[in-house]
Amino acid sequence: MNLRRDVFQAIADPTRRTILLLLASQSMTAGVIASNFDTARPTVSRHLQILTECELLKQEQQGREIYYHLNADKMKEIAEFIEPFRKYWDDRFNKLEQVMKSYKS
Amino acid sequence: MKQKTNVNAEDGKQEILITRTFDLPVHLLFQAYTEPGLVEQWMGNKVLKLDNKTHGGYQFETTDGQGNVLFRANGSIHKVIENQNITRTFEMENTNFPVQLEFLDFEPIDEEMSLLTMKIVFKSVADRDQMLKLPFAEGINMAHNQLQKVLSKLK
Repeated sequence: MNLRRDVFQAIADPTRRTILLLLASQSMTAGVIASNFDTARPTVSRHLQILTECELLKQEQQGREIYYHLNADKMKEIAEFIEPFRKYWDDRFNKLEQVMKSYKS
Repeated sequence: MKQKTNVNAEDGKQEILITRTFDLPVHLLFQAYTEPGLVEQWMGNKVLKLDNKTHGGYQFETTDGQGNVLFRANGSIHKVIENQNITRTFEMENTNFPVQLEFLDFEPIDEEMSLLTMKIVFKSVADRDQMLKLPFAEGINMAHNQLQKVLSKLK
């Protein structure tokens, strides 16, 4: 099994990426995560399962609740993860260049 | 082909180094950071304040079509040397991200080209890593918002 490909398949799905976004700032329970979506709770659970299976998420038991949080190490393994950050700045700077070129002329 | 924008984020360090070459003379590159009207054009934010001098400050915001604030950031400008450096802080309001320190160095390559080096220093390695992930997350958010816009038109 190509695990690396599976990770990318996991993050290719918009709902799963939104879940990763939600968990970027704090850990949450499945219920809280699901409340952010209009989709049915079992659908969200399935997404959480996929993300957990490819180790992008970790589960942590806190009392009676299970919290999901990002697995930073796994995120780091995805070398391409930095690419959106670079792309973000590249786009901005392209815009800057374009604005200043027309400003000059 | 060599990329014009490069990002260097070493493992375990609490800084990011962004470099970019511009087909612009250094004074125009610098001006893009100091004139509110120009900043608004390339950053796509509204400039609420831009007091671009040593011990100055700034505040930017982005609103949606209904005037709701989507993003607001501010910072202190520690030091400005014209056409050379800006040292400032940056903080996103209403988020968990702590303030970060930014060193912007503007250098001429020749008369028509310039180099920007932006070093961002974070409070911790974890904060840096979280910031690195943000555009990935934002891209998704934007796609999500676009989708919602389309969906709301269908209603």
